Amino acid sequence: MFCVHCGTLQPPSADYYQFFGLKRGLALDAPELQRRFYELSRKLHPDRFTRKAAREQQYSLDATAILNDGYRALRDPLARAEYLLKQEGFDVGEQRGKDVPPELLEEVFELNMAIEELRHGGEDARGQLEEAYGRFLAMRDAIDKELDTLYRRFDDTRDRAVLQQVRSVLNRRRYVRNLVNEVEKELAPEGQPAQ
Amino acid sequence: MSQVFDIDFGNHRKGRVVGIDLGTTNSLVAFLDLTGPKIIPGADGGLLVPSIVSYAEDGGVTAGNAARRLLINQPDRTVYSVKRLMGKGASDVKDELKFFPFRIAEGSESVIRLQLGAKAMTPPEISAQVLAELKRNAEAYLGEPVTQAVITVPAYFNDAQRQATKDAGRIAGLEVLRLVNEPTAASLAYGLDKRRNGIVAVYDLGGGTFDISILRLHDGIFEVLATNGDTHLGGDDIDNRLMHIAFEDIAAEWGEDISHSGEAVQTLRQAVIAAKERLSYVPLTRIEFDFRGKTYRREITQELFEGLIKDIVDRTLGPCRQCIADSRVSIEEIDEVVMVGGSTRIPLVRKAVEALFKAKPHTELNPDEVVALGAAVQAGILSGEVGDALLLDVTPLSLGIETMGGMVSKLIHRNSTIPASATEAFTTAVDGQRNVLIHVVQGERELVKDCRSLARFELKDIAPVPAGAARIEVRFLIDANGILNVSARDARTGKEQSVEVKPSYGLSEEQVEAMILESVEKAEDDFHERQVREARVEADAILAATEKARANEAWVDLSGEERARITAAVNQLLMVYHSEDHLLIRAKIGELNEATTALAETMMSTAVRVALKGTKV
Repeated sequence: MFCVHCGTLQPPSADYYQFFGLKRGLALDAPELQRRFYELSRKLHPDRFTRKAAREQQYSLDATAILNDGYRALRDPLARAEYLLKQEGFDVGEQRGKDVPPELLEEVFELNMAIEELRHGGEDARGQLEEAYGRFLAMRDAIDKELDTLYRRFDDTRDRAVLQQVRSVLNRRRYVRNLVNEVEKELAPEGQPAQ
Repeated sequence: MSQVFDIDFGNHRKGRVVGIDLGTTNSLVAFLDLTGPKIIPGADGGLLVPSIVSYAEDGGVTAGNAARRLLINQPDRTVYSVKRLMGKGASDVKDELKFFPFRIAEGSESVIRLQLGAKAMTPPEISAQVLAELKRNAEAYLGEPVTQAVITVPAYFNDAQRQATKDAGRIAGLEVLRLVNEPTAASLAYGLDKRRNGIVAVYDLGGGTFDISILRLHDGIFEVLATNGDTHLGGDDIDNRLMHIAFEDIAAEWGEDISHSGEAVQTLRQAVIAAKERLSYVPLTRIEFDFRGKTYRREITQELFEGLIKDIVDRTLGPCRQCIADSRVSIEEIDEVVMVGGSTRIPLVRKAVEALFKAKPHTELNPDEVVALGAAVQAGILSGEVGDALLLDVTPLSLGIETMGGMVSKLIHRNSTIPASATEAFTTAVDGQRNVLIHVVQGERELVKDCRSLARFELKDIAPVPAGAARIEVRFLIDANGILNVSARDARTGKEQSVEVKPSYGLSEEQVEAMILESVEKAEDDFHERQVREARVEADAILAATEKARANEAWVDLSGEERARITAAVNQLLMVYHSEDHLLIRAKIGELNEATTALAETMMSTAVRVALKGTKV
């Protein structure tokens, strides 16, 4: 990123893996990523360039934006997989989290009934909702384990078929996350964020 | 603190960068020397400069302590708490105006203009006067010109409020190298002094704003994990509660409503603030208000006070909980809570924070000074004097664009480390369309109407192509100051696409330029004029005090000779009062001051006796 001759900052590369000097993969060593993030921040942050030429200041701003955007994308296992899938030409997006995965259809139907009931003062539904909440959390944890296995498999094999699987599990994961958020909102006391 | 600074002496010649805490109630300026950050005192030796600006009838301006004295005599021309109006439009501050004795001028939809006599002034121009006062103090103290500064802002300030602060700096003749969030600045002063590693929460309740930030400190890196707050919550709200009680009492006791008299309101405000401040240390006090020969006394217990402000204190807890949740750390992982802002002296505030965070809050730093000290450290980082520390801050609010049906599509989420960016592709809807309008908003809600409009960006002169064929990539970049920058390019040609910005709130670039020009032209005349003016304000104060003292029993105790000496000194001061020679005025003030020393001493001991009687329970 710095010119080997004069030491000035050059226009940054926009590939997050390249930027962090990490091997392209789905599983990632989190402490190592954090270490690199801090190290690059120290070198690239605009605070270090206040007294440099305007062009270098601009590069610093651009580079740090990519650094921060990249750190956000890579440190979160789900965002990381989405980023890699997109790079590999897969269609991913928030929209896909809205289609109900077929295996959850019945569950979601009952959940919506319970939410309606609670909203209309049916306090009996609260227990039902709490139970569903526990189930969704367990489901989420199970999906995370499944993803973890798939991540390792892809890193070992580089098999596109695995990415295909990752994509569909990610959609399910996103859907379950939305369910968890929704139930939390219903269960949380007024005006308090769910923890 | 000295051992933690890795100081590069070679950088000193490049001019000093000062750190400024531009507060709702008070402002401070600090700098970094070889032993660490230091607050720069004003001419009177005080460290706090009241954020008050007064516009005289003849066009002159005073700021700081001199303006505070005018708050009572010229309440309709003297502005305080203007920070609350920064980056706001008239409709935003309707409720606020009950407590401001000012008239909003015409055309205040996107920028408020306060009508002060014949002049209409915007909040950035008024703030610029406070900044200019701090700049003068720093120049006098350091003996060199000061042109670059770091200015702090509440972490929860939105884009318009930040831009307004930056504009104020420019109008004051300061290049604002960085806007730093107040709690982050505080953590910098705190972290370098007390702790190098761990998770720290900063609870900052000031005069008008509340912020909570949670940071990870890691070998000199100060990484903000999450921030939250309320830019409309602070000590002012507490004052208003006490004012409300006093208004009602007074209406009942005196049979008159004093809430429309600027002079009465300001005098009463000072009385309730004094009572509020005492209540942090004693269980019982009295609001003491004298006005035009009438007196109002009201006892307030700490218990009653706490009941009165409990909901205000509770309002800080929601943002704290949200901030903890967003930071993805558990309460147990938070090692310390640092208290910042004058309102954190209130015991109830400390109790509430302790209960929520399950940790004893740190109060050993002076809550009034720590933000300015941190700003000075950040100034040192920018100038290269502090080599080992780095702040990584976040944007407090999500950034989004308006989509179909008035919905918001979020591009950059809140608590993203800044600088942060997002790129979005836009196309045209009809054949040959030349312009595309993008509405950018800030906020967490899903509907545009529930978010804060930031600006409208117009992509202009798009090459005429069939509908949907154009592809304009727009890059939204939030810089290290938390301010949005937008650039666009035509993805097909790679050429830069012109973007016109129409900010929803705030001044245009042309308006700011004009204000800078005006302030530079006036700077020279201003200097002499200001000194005369300040001398006169001081003269007013001592003359008024002397006049009041004549009614005191201590006056009778003086010898005839002493009384004659005072009367002579008063007459001499009055004779030079309208001269343009500030040194002469000051000399006569000095003489009167000397002549009244014995009187003041007698009065003081009487006052102490009275005060002691008053506090007996």
